[in-house]
Amino acid sequence: MLRILLIGALSIGIAGTAYWGYREHQQKNAILIHAENNYQRAFHDLTYQIDLLHDQIGTTLAMNSRQSLSPALAEVWRLASEAHATVGQLPLSLLPFNKTEEFLSNIGSFSYRAAIRDLDKQPLNAEEYKTLQQLYKKSADIQQELRNVQHLVLENNLRWMDVELALATNNRPNDNTIIDGFKTVEKNVQSYNETDFGPSFTSIEKRTKGFEHISGKKITKEEAKQIAKTFLGLKGNEDIQVVHSGEGASDAFYSVTIKNPKTKSETYMDITEKGGYPIWVIENRPVNKQNISLNEATMRGLRFLKQHKFNNFELYESTQYDHVAVLTFVTAQDGVRIYPESIKMKIALDDGNIIGFSARDYLSSKRERTIPKPSISIEQARKKMNPNVTIMEERKAIIMNNVNQEVLCYEFLGTLGDDTYRIFINAQNGIEEKVEKLQNPEPIYGEI
Amino acid sequence: MRKWFICLFLIFSFSYTSQAHAFSKQVIQRGAVGDDVIELQARLQYLGFYRGKIDGVFGWRTYWALRNFQYKFKLPVDGLAGETTKQKLVRASKYYKSFVHNNLRKGNTFTHYGGIPLSKQVKARQTKAKNQATATRTTNKQANKNTSPQQTAVKRVKAAAVNVPNGFSQNDLQLMANAVHGEARGEPYIGQVAVAAVILNRINSPSFPNTVAGVIFEPGAFTAVADGQIWLTPNETSRKAVLDALNGWDPSSGALYYFNPHTATNGWIWSRPQIKRIGKHIFCK
Repeated sequence: MLRILLIGALSIGIAGTAYWGYREHQQKNAILIHAENNYQRAFHDLTYQIDLLHDQIGTTLAMNSRQSLSPALAEVWRLASEAHATVGQLPLSLLPFNKTEEFLSNIGSFSYRAAIRDLDKQPLNAEEYKTLQQLYKKSADIQQELRNVQHLVLENNLRWMDVELALATNNRPNDNTIIDGFKTVEKNVQSYNETDFGPSFTSIEKRTKGFEHISGKKITKEEAKQIAKTFLGLKGNEDIQVVHSGEGASDAFYSVTIKNPKTKSETYMDITEKGGYPIWVIENRPVNKQNISLNEATMRGLRFLKQHKFNNFELYESTQYDHVAVLTFVTAQDGVRIYPESIKMKIALDDGNIIGFSARDYLSSKRERTIPKPSISIEQARKKMNPNVTIMEERKAIIMNNVNQEVLCYEFLGTLGDDTYRIFINAQNGIEEKVEKLQNPEPIYGEI
Repeated sequence: MRKWFICLFLIFSFSYTSQAHAFSKQVIQRGAVGDDVIELQARLQYLGFYRGKIDGVFGWRTYWALRNFQYKFKLPVDGLAGETTKQKLVRASKYYKSFVHNNLRKGNTFTHYGGIPLSKQVKARQTKAKNQATATRTTNKQANKNTSPQQTAVKRVKAAAVNVPNGFSQNDLQLMANAVHGEARGEPYIGQVAVAAVILNRINSPSFPNTVAGVIFEPGAFTAVADGQIWLTPNETSRKAVLDALNGWDPSSGALYYFNPHTATNGWIWSRPQIKRIGKHIFCK
């Protein structure tokens, strides 16, 4: 009797486990298929978008009139950025696929520039036509290769989950069709250099500018230590370590780590090897109360800059985060603000000490410059503004425009409705170089 | 009852005189947060210069309101609330501190215009219409009552808004803090800032997606995303690190990749030119 009961209980248990296992298995499969489908959709979308992109570039080549060319180029831009976004959804980040993404993004910015230009006044020149033709050819190559991969995927029921697995575990089977296909695409694009876009083209990539204009002799580790000591006002009992940068750094620098055994605070600092300029400083310590005001912190920041031979700076932005002030200073020369030359600072509002400093922008754009004479007057510039904007402040400034050139502008701060805008009008030709809507404080959501 | 009246009278007179010393001593400048800013906004609103929300953050609207005030009251127009400006402001306006603070604490929608009964300027967060109706005149009284010095020690009021780095929202910040916490919570502080900086460098790079979410959720890009560690609750350190990176600090010197040499399984990553090592991570181009 007992045996029968036991057998019964056990078999119910086994059946239960089997059922549970089956359910788990099914759920896992459902999720796997779901993920797989997402990848499949992204992949097929991509090939379709490249198809369209190729065709669209082809049609622009055949067009002549501005009325049809501008919208067509805008369409190229839209398709390229769509394809670029789709690539980001595929599990390819472990595969070197940068060139293709860069290529798509460059097609986008090239066509965008051309599309927004007044093609009646400045039609596409021969060089740009050549660029378009090359883009057409290249996109044909990509299209061909992707179609090929797509065909194999469909025919052999290849799964993207396997690709992800293969990429993640590195025991990459050599015959993974998808990976190989994408590698071919990448190789294909690699042969296509960015310079082929023509001289007028600047990549939308904000180039990581080097510190080209700084001068001075190369410093040693010991000197770097000394610079850190004077810059941070150290007492001498700190533990300081200096490491030289690796070969991947665009400009060689020393990384200094300072540990204070007493306060247990850690300070980090990078110093350029050439000339020994501080690039940035961060001190990590808790700041729990406020004793000085943001205004007082600004004064201290300015004093600090002057002490360390950073001259002609004025405050541009000040923001308080809890008990820390984040300040941005820019240089001013003959009453003209030079926005590229900026230095950022973090000041603790408990004791007013500097806990952060960043001169990267300043170091990469600092140089002797003669400020050109504006060709239009401020009254003329004012007329170029949207009449609905109420002008509140105005001054002259040098900014980087969207083709990475430094231009002299009239800067206007104005309000429209509840928002504040910063508007730059080129002082030579009156073009509206830049319009920024300035950030308002963000309300806190869902908190009482 | 009589005692009550005397008390109230005392408090009334006290609060009236105390108004002259209402602000703290600081010079208030754009970007500041805190009680002084709340008072500044409330007073400017009382006079009709400031029509925005009283949220305790000295933003652009407060700035223009203050400048307009300075202009109308023939003060030097500098957008700073210094000694004379504050004095003039205090003399010209009233400030119902506890009314403002109470409403801020409760998250109500309210205004602080002069010449309109305060009770008509509140819209409660929840629809408690009944309580609102009875609170008609009492709020006004209470408002004055609560400014008495004994009660100023009540817990500090939280502002209704925060400063955020240009072009980002608090939610972006949160998402990045999640990623940084998942990826580098065992790392030194500077290593966390560097990881956040890599995310930002990727957003700016044409080889990567252009949004915070796009970069973080790119399949296979971050291990913490793949194994779900991104959904751990981030601590204050990772938020601070992200804020530093958003404000422009880049300890990675423009790196687009980083890896842990002990656990890196991908051979390709070793071929990237290395910039520097922070903690357990090697950062590279």
